[in-house]
Amino acid sequence: MSAAHDHHHGPAKGLSRWLFTTNHKDIGTLYLWFSFAMFLLGGTFALVIRAELFQPGLQFVEPNFFNQMTTMHGLVMVFGAVMPAFVGLANWMIPLMIGAPDMALPRMNNWSFWILPFAFAMLVSTLFMEGGGPNFGWTFYAPLSTTYGPPSTTFFIFAVHIMGASSIMGAINVIATILNMRAPGMTLMKMPLFVWTWLITAYLLIAVMPVLAGVVTMMLFDIHFGTSFFNAAGGGDPVLFQHLFWFFGHPEVYIMILPAFGIVSAIIPTFARKRLFGYDSMVYATASIAFLSFIVWAHHMFTVGMPLAGQLFFMYATMLIAVPTGVKVFNWVATMFRGAMTFETPMLFAIAFVVLFTLGGFTGVMLAITPVDFQYHDTYFVVAHFHYVLVPGAVFSLMAATYYWLPKWTGYMYDETLGKLHFWLSFIGVNLLFFPQHFLGLAGMPRRIPDYALQFANFNWISSVGGFLFGFSQLILLFVVIKCIKGGKKATDQVWEGAQGLEWTVPSPAPYHTFETPPDPSLIKAQ
Amino acid sequence: MNNDVTPVNNKKVVKKLLLAVAGMFVFGFALVPLYDVICDITGLNGKTGGRVEVAEAGLLVDESREITVQFVAHHNAEMGWDFQPSVAQMTVRPGEVNVVSYRVSNPRATAMVGQAIPSVAPNAAAAHLNKIECFCFEEQLLAAGETADMPIRFFVDPALPANISKVTLSYTLYDITDKSNKAQAVAIR
Repeated sequence: MSAAHDHHHGPAKGLSRWLFTTNHKDIGTLYLWFSFAMFLLGGTFALVIRAELFQPGLQFVEPNFFNQMTTMHGLVMVFGAVMPAFVGLANWMIPLMIGAPDMALPRMNNWSFWILPFAFAMLVSTLFMEGGGPNFGWTFYAPLSTTYGPPSTTFFIFAVHIMGASSIMGAINVIATILNMRAPGMTLMKMPLFVWTWLITAYLLIAVMPVLAGVVTMMLFDIHFGTSFFNAAGGGDPVLFQHLFWFFGHPEVYIMILPAFGIVSAIIPTFARKRLFGYDSMVYATASIAFLSFIVWAHHMFTVGMPLAGQLFFMYATMLIAVPTGVKVFNWVATMFRGAMTFETPMLFAIAFVVLFTLGGFTGVMLAITPVDFQYHDTYFVVAHFHYVLVPGAVFSLMAATYYWLPKWTGYMYDETLGKLHFWLSFIGVNLLFFPQHFLGLAGMPRRIPDYALQFANFNWISSVGGFLFGFSQLILLFVVIKCIKGGKKATDQVWEGAQGLEWTVPSPAPYHTFETPPDPSLIKAQ
Repeated sequence: MNNDVTPVNNKKVVKKLLLAVAGMFVFGFALVPLYDVICDITGLNGKTGGRVEVAEAGLLVDESREITVQFVAHHNAEMGWDFQPSVAQMTVRPGEVNVVSYRVSNPRATAMVGQAIPSVAPNAAAAHLNKIECFCFEEQLLAAGETADMPIRFFVDPALPANISKVTLSYTLYDITDKSNKAQAVAIR
């Protein structure tokens, strides 16, 4: 057993610890810090947008730079902030939750993280290149991105390739870990929902990231090798680009929200001190949403001129998604019903998630109705919709997760007063920021335009104030995390009174190596 | 957990998943011809088919219906050619062969090659607008200052859905001088 003894060393010292680490906790930490850095960078781009839109007219930036900001904000937030943050949580928590010593493929895990900084360095460097960075929106519709894109588009394409490779490797790792590394007694239907939602998310990633890689490869060929995939003059079709992109794009939006469902399903039972209501239905609802995500893509492109039958199909299929999503919301509310609830910061974020994500879901149903979509299409109503599901949706769940598991990661309790301050400022800020955008969209303000008609001035003013409030509030989170790493009240192993699950059976902070011998099967309870 | 079995299982899972990744990558590319096939079969997207080989005398003309066919011409931003149909619209009967011509001239000081891309509205009519001869089947080479009349011989299929009485045929001209096989000819002129 000398080999087993060797495994018990602590982390290596210095920079090489982080460069060469294959430890799931180290890699999780790297992912989380990286995504937080990207969150601040993408947020800075957003504040440039909100500063420009503070008043009508052109104040600070050229329209072309404004377009680069909207594009880079979207790309950095989607691929740099939200997705890696969930991968980071998966790395940290999945082995702890299923009683595994590490991820199944630790070396690949190291790779899948370390190629990301290069991808984003390449992407962000395009801003300093001749002709500027990508300016065609995060959806990079052809021919805007192929025929009319800046020269730096090639670097954008390679960056997307690398991000895709990283996501695919991460997804393979998650699936292999969940399928092969579960502790004895941890059956599939006993897994925490965060593990379930991530398993399904990983399959979505495997299915659609290669399609995205294919789309950008076609763009590369159209730009440099004279093919005409998306060029009408050569027999190609720009509408084909939209079909291919959204075949990736719609499952992608569920990739960004399913793990959030898992997080909220962990936090609400803890602070309601009740078992999760309807565990089985949660699993099936998640799987249904994942399935439906593959057959609704064309609702992003109702205005391209589809036949009536197509419009009706995509409208009804889209509305159908509200059913499994409704099941989930019902279950969360039912979990809280008559629970002995307390309102620590993670719970506040989780409840805000349920309320505000549902609101974003409702506007989604509005957008699904084809005839009205023709009016809402490409207006700020769409912007308000997807920001409601992504910011107080996905991002709030990430913040909830951070506060929830921070004591397990650092061994110390975070500052509850500052956490609550962060929550309330974020909550007020995010609603000031995005709620008025519904009205702007309904009144006809188009998205992705640096200037607007005078009648939109007041709501844009409110939105910008909310934007800066929300943006700068995030520095409180940074401060709370650093403070919590440095010290504070010692956290117990269980941390939260109502917390259930294997991750709360290991000491706080979680030792560098956990579950080298599988946990006692009696610790594994049905959810 | 059995430490002897897990790495083998991992290899199996990774192999399967990599296969799925490769499969989805290929599927992405397979969607390109698939898209064209679906557009072809359903006539979606207003795409018209290629040359129709038909014995013109053998066509049955449906005298009971009148269809208005409208002609539209665009050129895309960088083209710069003048491009117009000889008539804005004509009334035809299903099965009757008609000819319309588009006049095109190149006001530039250099020879250029253009390619016309057709589109039909409403989409459902696309499969029923048959072209016996069309300038859109070929690349058009125009010398500096040259003007040409480009014909289309077409007929409307009697199977055109009864609710359609007006069909718009639109052409967009693209500059393909750089990509064309006729580019050498351009260089010689």
